[in-house]
Amino acid sequence: MVYGVTNAPNWPEVKASFFNWDVYKSSFPGIARAFLLNVKIFMIAEAIILFTALALAVLRSLSGPVFFPIRALAIAYADFFRGVPTILVIALLGFGAPALAIEGIPTSTTFWGIVSLVLIYTAYVSEVYRAGIESVHPSQEAAARSLGLTRGQALASVVLPQAVRRVIPPLLNDFIGLQKDTALVGILGSVEAFKQAQIDVSADFNFTNYLVAATLFVAITIPLARFTDWLVARDRRKRQAGSLV
Amino acid sequence: MNAIELSGVRKSFGKNEVLRGIDLDVAEHEVVCLIGASGSGKSTLLRCVNLLEPIDDGRIVVRGEELTARGVDVNRVRRGIGIVFQSYNLFPHMSVLENVTLAPRKALRLSRRDAAAQATELLSRFGLADKRDDYPDRLSGGQQQRVAIVRALAMRPEVMLLDEVTSALDPELVAEVLRVIRELADGGMTMLIATHEMGFARDIAGRVCFLDAGVILEQGPPERIFTSPEHARTRQFLDRIIEAGRL
Repeated sequence: MVYGVTNAPNWPEVKASFFNWDVYKSSFPGIARAFLLNVKIFMIAEAIILFTALALAVLRSLSGPVFFPIRALAIAYADFFRGVPTILVIALLGFGAPALAIEGIPTSTTFWGIVSLVLIYTAYVSEVYRAGIESVHPSQEAAARSLGLTRGQALASVVLPQAVRRVIPPLLNDFIGLQKDTALVGILGSVEAFKQAQIDVSADFNFTNYLVAATLFVAITIPLARFTDWLVARDRRKRQAGSLV
Repeated sequence: MNAIELSGVRKSFGKNEVLRGIDLDVAEHEVVCLIGASGSGKSTLLRCVNLLEPIDDGRIVVRGEELTARGVDVNRVRRGIGIVFQSYNLFPHMSVLENVTLAPRKALRLSRRDAAAQATELLSRFGLADKRDDYPDRLSGGQQQRVAIVRALAMRPEVMLLDEVTSALDPELVAEVLRVIRELADGGMTMLIATHEMGFARDIAGRVCFLDAGVILEQGPPERIFTSPEHARTRQFLDRIIEAGRL
């Protein structure tokens, strides 16, 4: 296929406008600097989501009629924010909230971008956690409760540690999605990697700039995926190797 | 004072009435075995005694305290009642030591050091000292079940409930677990034991109760129940057990 593409009649033109090494080199530092904003956005968002999503999942897993209103709210939240397009929430909050010009409300587009991503991905990630919680056999909770642990203690010491371990791979999957969606914050005018690449493209009309942004995104997800694999494997080894660790 | 008093205990799962009025007293230091076919309600009865299953009707009194009264702190009550399950239910993400020290630390607020000291002593007593830092996945079924017993004992319970604790074990591992239970009985532990090990029940129990379709059909000293049962159902059950070579 590579041969077919590189020998097509229009390859030189394609190469010049998509795979231009000189453009790549000259744009890289600027776009890489802008990419730091993406990193900042997803690091902050992910740190918050790890907790908000877990809280939402726990609320949703509460059993008993007393908790029905809380459960219903948690379900409504997850349904709504998984259903709405991310770009719509970002536009709504990112353009809308600062436009209110109410004192005390932040006007930073990056701030509102992070808020939007947290709202959306809390809904996604809570579903992942919930699947994890439900995958822990009820006998585990029964064993914990029969020893005299409270519901909260059983959840914190027995159910959640097992649930979280099981969902690390799908959790990472959602976080990769989040990292890519940080590019959407660019529509608000925050100069992140995609926005910077767009600016460069319109300056020299060369699409190689997008390729620069693409490589940066990929460069961060691949090591993250390998790191997660390693974490999961290490945990498995620990449990099966017993005292050898 | 009786260790356990059950009166008129009823429990249904949907339309299926599993316990249909159970009356049973267990004296202090007494060992009572529950026998009966699968589905006769043995496990449910044990799970009701420490309120893992809420009962629909009746009274449960453990060491003078009515568990079924309103406003009883179930967490405090459960600390005094140890239960061991057929499928061990050890916590797979914790080492043996962590399994045994979790509840004493969280529920009894023992310091990490005190809980570990107590756990180590119990583990040594039951020949598990060298398994302290292993994870459950690495242990044999017999070892896991012994750890589960130690985990329950670490709460210093006054009553132990054993729910077919040898049923999931390979035959050659059954003896090591039964030995532990016998040791507890010799130490004066009050126990209510659901079991399919008739030889063991005959040997260890002060009294055997035959459960059938949610009621205690007959009870008495093991010798009498096993040799001259009154009810046809009991005889039928024992005949099948003998046929299977389990008595």
